[in-house]
Amino acid sequence: MAKPAAHRAPPDRPFGPLVFDWLRENLFSSVTNTLLTVLAIAFIYAVVPPILDWAVFSAVWSGTGRADCIGEGKGACWPFIVARKDQIIYGQYFADQRWRVDVVYLAGALGLAWILIPRLPGKLWAGIGMAILFPVFAFVMLSGGVFDLPVVPTERWGGLLLTLLISVVGIAVSFPIGVLLALGRRSSLPVIRMLCVCFIEFVRGVPLITLLFMAANVVPLFMPQGVSLDKLLRALIVISLFSAAYMAEVVRGGLQALPRGQSEAAAALGLGYWQTTLLVVLPQALKISLPSIVSSCISLLKDTSLIATIGFFDFLQVIKSGNADPAWSAPNVAFTGYLFAALVYWTLCFGMSRYSAYLERTVAGGKVGAGRL
Amino acid sequence: MSGRDDAAAAIAPPATAFWADPRLRGVLFQAVALALVVCLFWTMASNAGEALKRSGQATGWGFLWNTAGFDIGFKLVAYTARDRHIDALVVGLLNTLLISGLGIVLATVLGFVIGIARLSPNWLVSRMATAYVEFVRNVPLLLWILFFYLALIPVLPPVKQAMSLGDVVFLTNRGLYVPKLHWTDGAIWIVVAFVAAIVLAAAATIWSRRRQKATGHRPPDLLIGLALIVGLPVAAFFATGAPVSLEFPELKGFNFNGGLSILPELVALLFALTIYTAAYIGEIVRSGIEGVSKGQSEAASALGLTRGQRLRLVVIPQAMRIIIPPLTSQYLNLIKNSSLAAAIAFPDLVHVFAGTSLTQTGQALEILAITASIYLAISLATSGLMNVYNAMTRLKER
Repeated sequence: MAKPAAHRAPPDRPFGPLVFDWLRENLFSSVTNTLLTVLAIAFIYAVVPPILDWAVFSAVWSGTGRADCIGEGKGACWPFIVARKDQIIYGQYFADQRWRVDVVYLAGALGLAWILIPRLPGKLWAGIGMAILFPVFAFVMLSGGVFDLPVVPTERWGGLLLTLLISVVGIAVSFPIGVLLALGRRSSLPVIRMLCVCFIEFVRGVPLITLLFMAANVVPLFMPQGVSLDKLLRALIVISLFSAAYMAEVVRGGLQALPRGQSEAAAALGLGYWQTTLLVVLPQALKISLPSIVSSCISLLKDTSLIATIGFFDFLQVIKSGNADPAWSAPNVAFTGYLFAALVYWTLCFGMSRYSAYLERTVAGGKVGAGRL
Repeated sequence: MSGRDDAAAAIAPPATAFWADPRLRGVLFQAVALALVVCLFWTMASNAGEALKRSGQATGWGFLWNTAGFDIGFKLVAYTARDRHIDALVVGLLNTLLISGLGIVLATVLGFVIGIARLSPNWLVSRMATAYVEFVRNVPLLLWILFFYLALIPVLPPVKQAMSLGDVVFLTNRGLYVPKLHWTDGAIWIVVAFVAAIVLAAAATIWSRRRQKATGHRPPDLLIGLALIVGLPVAAFFATGAPVSLEFPELKGFNFNGGLSILPELVALLFALTIYTAAYIGEIVRSGIEGVSKGQSEAASALGLTRGQRLRLVVIPQAMRIIIPPLTSQYLNLIKNSSLAAAIAFPDLVHVFAGTSLTQTGQALEILAITASIYLAISLATSGLMNVYNAMTRLKER
């Protein structure tokens, strides 16, 4: 029997070390590709150094007003952000009462940490606490009127406090409502199904601005005489319901992706509707729809900026009105303000999407799909 | 006999209390839910009725025919302050449709570029597209709008030193100036020629498909169609003695004369809507193309299709089936997001009608109901069309 031929040595690499291989494969594999690379480098060279120079190297880092920031060759005006620090964090909240805002920030941070750190136990209680206790606590603490706390009207709440409060409470409230709406939309009871479909389709078909206008102008008409809901509370309810409708569609996607065999098997084991739903269907469906749930949360956080249209002073409005202040008004101040606001929103939203990717990798145990079920 | 009765008794379900009967419980539960909802609406309606009566506020739809009394800064149809609220509504709606239409076209083009760039084999290009998507969509749209309107446009050069594109398009801090089409009588023939060219091009495609089936060779229908669509209107243009001319914006004194001037509000809103929606469309396009399994394009190459044919006949048709539904919902989002125009006072439907008309008449209930219904009608019509499309393009499984 003939011996198999000896293994041949691999051919010589024409370009030596791995780096060159990588470059050739990813940047210079063909004429068009090389051309694209050159164009891309030219674009980056034209855009990135000037922006970096403007935001960091030529930026003004200390000063007290627009006089320090205007002038040839001066970049970003960071003292503007420092000067607006308190407004950004507390809005127009009374200065001597700001410790109450700090307490709410702290409580919110602790509650979120409990929910977000996967190792901590008692997630259900944490969720209930954030969805029910925290909103009540935050509202009582911030508005006052009890326990000798002076009243602070909601018109004075603002800045990041308002943005974050609406986001956190909105997410915590809209998630359970969204799940219920999704279950209702797939219910076998026709009336329940119809009610849920009508609600979801109405809310999703209308811009949030219109709903906020309704919260501001129309909802008070619907209240019985003498009863009035605070405007912020109305806005919060509308934003939560708005987000719940989108959440419902996302959760419905997860429910539809789940094979029928799951609920049939649960029924065969003798589980009732709620047992099947809570123990078998929802845990799997929510895992499937996790990424989309998080993107709904991100949308909600971005949508909080719309409450400015009914007269609230959220984070974005603090920046906007700060730019209009004659003491600071200058073109590079406006750019600095919006850059800073964009970075804050970006950090929050991008952080959320990274966190969801991390959850998908670890807690959800990789891809949940028909293969594993 | 008795044995059979026993068996029947064993099969029949055991007697249950009425609250344990799932069917009855379902009916009861639904009746309660319906009663609660009806109650809620009835209470709301009666509260609203009383509140309106107390305040002496006018109700009903009559206000639509009252004089509006305000002018609108940007209009596509004739409108003056002496016109009625319903005319203002039409002006606002047309502006919403204009900005949405322009936004949809621009965002689709940019979105497809971004989506394809994300799939580029070129590492640098795909990373740049990723950075664009991740940055743009994690910042609120309102911030983009305010940034363009309040930060970027004010630092554009003034009219005297306008940035120009070949002396045809001018960008200044007072808005964008573009050439305007000047129509005269014969122009209708160009439109007729254009429509005829489209019909002929469609016919050419059908003919070339038949030829391909019969002979295996496909005549160049794309080229023929393109030649028709470009050639016929051009021929009509010269045959009727050039009835359409372009009027270029020209700097006269302190402002531009002639041409079409586009408000800075519109420019800012359009830019913001375009770059924001394009980030989402880019993601949709990317996942649509990635959703076509690799075997499809491999099989196409195995059949000897060229790269262009592979994309045009195999990959893109299948990717479109994945892309179109979420793309439609992005278009709807863009239409709804155009209502943010109110934040920079561009006279769209929300700003004109749910803003100015509302403050003038005070009839919030009626005005917001009309505004919401218009958006709802657009949404429902689009999702209805979407369902038809889905049914048409569904995989035919037998």
